[in-house]
Amino acid sequence: MNVNAIADLFIAFFIIIGAFLSLVTAFGVIRLPDVYTRNHAASKSATLGVMSILIGTFLYFYLIEGHFNSRIILGIAFILVTSPVAGHLISRAAYNSGVELWEKSVQDDLKLSKQTAKKES
Amino acid sequence: MAFQILLNIVLAFVYMFLKVSASPVTFLVGYFFGLLVIFIFRRFFQSRFYLLRIVAVINLFFLFIKELILSNIAVLRVILKPKLDIRPGIFALPTELKEDWEITVLANLITLTPGTLVIDVSDDNKILYVHAMDLADAEEAINSIKQTFEKAIMEVSK
Repeated sequence: MNVNAIADLFIAFFIIIGAFLSLVTAFGVIRLPDVYTRNHAASKSATLGVMSILIGTFLYFYLIEGHFNSRIILGIAFILVTSPVAGHLISRAAYNSGVELWEKSVQDDLKLSKQTAKKES
Repeated sequence: MAFQILLNIVLAFVYMFLKVSASPVTFLVGYFFGLLVIFIFRRFFQSRFYLLRIVAVINLFFLFIKELILSNIAVLRVILKPKLDIRPGIFALPTELKEDWEITVLANLITLTPGTLVIDVSDDNKILYVHAMDLADAEEAINSIKQTFEKAIMEVSK
């Protein structure tokens, strides 16, 4: 097995894993019951999925074509930093505009604190 | 810490001037000797020797990557399981961190951990409200994970 074959294997691994994770994210967004659990699927699997596709792309251009593209690395870093923040903001906005949790949810500490805050004010 | 790095760079430049050479290699050699000098004089600085803090930051980064992969596997398991037997819920998590950036990093880390998502931070920055995907078996384990995260972040900022 020469170096190129090993490189191919790595690239294929990253791209297939990324595509698979994105597919599972889509399944999760359809299947899960409420906004918050859907957000779990969307904010985690999509992050790693897109990141590994980008890593595969970077490795392809670097190992096969010999071209070091630093923009891809910057893109990976930006996705890693921004997507959990986006997930947090979407679920926070959903909570504050009164979207109900799934009826099988067992606990809601935030509701309690919001009610006491309202009483005090 | 920033002061120590700046001092190290200045020492490297002094070394370059002493050697009458402007090549990057000379800069690196000077930087290394400057590091040595700062290590020897570490008790005269207010904060710790700055290399320790850089090691802590790198540790935190690897923790980030590890948790991202683990949380993906956990979410994958929930989504692909035929029966939907999760019990989601929101719980309150008291935190000891003070600075804004520490709380931001902690919230990002929690959002990327298996089955948890930060929904709100209380107004006095003392409690994080976390939505957990599966509350029943997770709470104890999650709390222990939080201890390691908080510890890793404090390791950076102390």
